[in-house]
Amino acid sequence: MSTSTLSAARPRAAVLRTEVRLFRREPGGIFWILMFPTLLLVILGSIPAFRESDKSLGGLRLVDLYVPVVVLVAMITAGAQSMPQALTGYRERGILRRMSTTPVRPSSLLSAQMLVHGLAVLVSTLLALAVGRVAFDVRLPEQLAGYVLALVLAVLAALALGSVVSAVSRTTKIAGAIGSAVYFPMMFCAGVWLPVQSMPHTLARVVELTPFGAAARALGQAASGDWPGWGHLGVLAAWTVLLSALAARWFRWE
Amino acid sequence: MCRTGSGRDPRAMTTHPVIEVSGLRKSYGGRAVVDGVTFAVEEGEIFGILGPNGAGKTTTVECVEGLRTPDEGRARVAGLDPVADHEQVSRVLGAQLQQSELQAKITVREALELYASFYPHPADWRPLAERLDITGQLAARFGKLSGGQKQRLFIALALIGNPRVVVLDELTTGLDPRARRDTWRLIEDVRGNGVTVLLVTHFMEEAQRLCDRIAVIDKGRIAALDTPAGLIRRASGSTVISFTPSAPLDEDELQALPALASVAHKDGLITLAGTDETVNAVISLLARQHITAHQLRVTDATLDDAFLDLTEASA
Repeated sequence: MSTSTLSAARPRAAVLRTEVRLFRREPGGIFWILMFPTLLLVILGSIPAFRESDKSLGGLRLVDLYVPVVVLVAMITAGAQSMPQALTGYRERGILRRMSTTPVRPSSLLSAQMLVHGLAVLVSTLLALAVGRVAFDVRLPEQLAGYVLALVLAVLAALALGSVVSAVSRTTKIAGAIGSAVYFPMMFCAGVWLPVQSMPHTLARVVELTPFGAAARALGQAASGDWPGWGHLGVLAAWTVLLSALAARWFRWE
Repeated sequence: MCRTGSGRDPRAMTTHPVIEVSGLRKSYGGRAVVDGVTFAVEEGEIFGILGPNGAGKTTTVECVEGLRTPDEGRARVAGLDPVADHEQVSRVLGAQLQQSELQAKITVREALELYASFYPHPADWRPLAERLDITGQLAARFGKLSGGQKQRLFIALALIGNPRVVVLDELTTGLDPRARRDTWRLIEDVRGNGVTVLLVTHFMEEAQRLCDRIAVIDKGRIAALDTPAGLIRRASGSTVISFTPSAPLDEDELQALPALASVAHKDGLITLAGTDETVNAVISLLARQHITAHQLRVTDATLDDAFLDLTEASA
């Protein structure tokens, strides 16, 4: 048992290394996942009104709320757009089939893609936090453990969403269309146009039931020093379980 | 050239064929694509699977590769089930698939190193790249390679695990004649190293030149299984006689020739297909009538002719 796990670890590491390399050769992925979220933060933060303390937000500034929002932008881009393109492309072009004829299972390519996108989101998060701190004096997450927990759950939900998009899309074109259709509502729920904290009460209650609405609330709470609400974390976990089950049921290798 | 798997355990060679397919059936949506295919490939052979498009060739080899599960019958590679024992089979079987690609931005070197890492005892990729003449492309990305270079890389990837068997599916489709000939030499070279080759093709010339034995598959069944020469002999019209008679010949007398398969007239040239018996009868017919045969040629039919004859017979 232990020897076979050991011998399977080397090819898996090699697949992951290759996928990281290939990701770094995609200027689109690098810009939209790693750079764009922080760029959006810089643009919004340059507007003077975004840097004024707001009493209805408990003394926070809009730019404070937008740090978690741009982190979610990175996740949604990685999950709904980038990963489904890669996975459906691998299936469409016979790369998964080619790998099926080797001792390595094609599932290692799927898990490598998930890890690569998860890592990219993590890097993007660190960049947004650092720029927010340095350029706009946004305080770093005060409830760090809660922030990390919410972040991990949100990334898992984003990857599960991406897996469902990959599973139901027969071609990269369909994946692009479905990805875009999912992208905008998810961005709205994450609070890109209006942070969840500023939404009208009823709308906010509904949005908080979506994965990225819940993630926005959980990250916001942890950023300002509270433990993220278990309700929000529960919503995220439930979505992850549901989406993963659907992806596993619908995914086709060819 | 060595025809019986040099460098392999001779006992394995005599006791078991390295590939065994028996009673294989596979249907899609109620239509039988493979309908009772049986054959065995001996170690060190180049075994061809020849047939028209849609005959079930690829589905058959996909069952051998473990990419598909047969509905009925079985496939065995080195005595193992390609589906149930997938991991062990994939260590002894290298495959080049029809219409498969790699990631567009992976370099040739990265692909070779990556696939080498999948196997417990891989071949050294450097001499392999040299043999396949892709050393000049090691830093090139897959998306930038020519068709011939991609095919050579795929052969390298099929061989990188030091397999006992390679399955090559429509390897030379889309290659120019020179690249095709280079690839043929390469396949002979691969077999020269003791590797068994299962070759799927629809090129007669390729099958005739490379294969020790050929299974002609048509409509999911084996129409014939023999050596290339045997297939030609087996077909009606395996000998072709052509000549221009000095005086007109009676058509009825031509049609009455023994073992005649076909008659064709073109610009005074008569072409007859038949057997050696037909040749003898034509010569005595001409002698009896004092007709001289100009430009007389007697040739063997090609595999092309045999193939058309065999696949038409089963139609």
